[in-house]
Amino acid sequence: MIFISDNLYTYLILAVFLLIAGIYGLIQHKTFIGMLVSTELILNGAGINFMAFNRFLAPDPATGQVITLFIMGIAAAEAAIVVSFIIAVFRKYHSIDPDDLIELQG
Amino acid sequence: MTFYQYIAEGLFFAFVLLVIAGSFITIRARILMHTVMGLAVALLGVAGIYFYLGSMFLTLMQILIYVGAVCIVLIFGIMVGSTPTEIAEKTIKGRKNIFLAVSAAAAAFFLLMISILKTEWVPAAAQVRDFSAERLGESFLYQYCLAFELISVILLIAIVGAIILARGGQENKGEPSS
Repeated sequence: MIFISDNLYTYLILAVFLLIAGIYGLIQHKTFIGMLVSTELILNGAGINFMAFNRFLAPDPATGQVITLFIMGIAAAEAAIVVSFIIAVFRKYHSIDPDDLIELQG
Repeated sequence: MTFYQYIAEGLFFAFVLLVIAGSFITIRARILMHTVMGLAVALLGVAGIYFYLGSMFLTLMQILIYVGAVCIVLIFGIMVGSTPTEIAEKTIKGRKNIFLAVSAAAAAFFLLMISILKTEWVPAAAQVRDFSAERLGESFLYQYCLAFELISVILLIAIVGAIILARGGQENKGEPSS
């Protein structure tokens, strides 16, 4: 019997699921925070992909872990920046709805 | 196949279920706080997946950074921005966007599945099976030294920028903070 947890395709399909969940949420959520959360899902899908290729295909297993750690660091920086954006926008417009920010629409 | 391998396989399915359930809560929840809670559940599942992919260190880092730090920052952003019940009603957009979201997600799903199933994945000829944190630290300090330093600079800039952005409007309320 073949192990499902020891198969490359399992992890790739799981990463695809995280990606499409993130895309769906990114389009469908009506608030900035919801869109940011969906972006985190997409980044985690990328991380699973890197770790799966690292485990099954790569010659050096340190490479994928390093890249996944970089993804985590960039996601943390991005979350901090976006939350401060949200606070600044809420202070100026009193709304967290992206459809309300139409000042540049002319 | 021994008894313990069955237990390991069952735990793997539990983690996959955690990821899927958390993602569904994340994209379908009406209250914004539930969205972040679903994200935390999904990220815990991803941490378990990392464990099955051989890296204990990344499992701990995932729990520490994502579940610990990022989710707290998001909850902070929600609680500063608005009351959760006030915006609960209009969290989900109308029908037009649901159609758009489903079609975009389905297109991405089919494109990626076709490319995954068509590609023939060839493992490297000689693989080193060393997932230890010592080897990771060595490659951080020798092979990826520049990237390691750059990401610390990025984190520093992000923190300083976040502080400036979040403070900016408070002191001079009339004019926009540059």
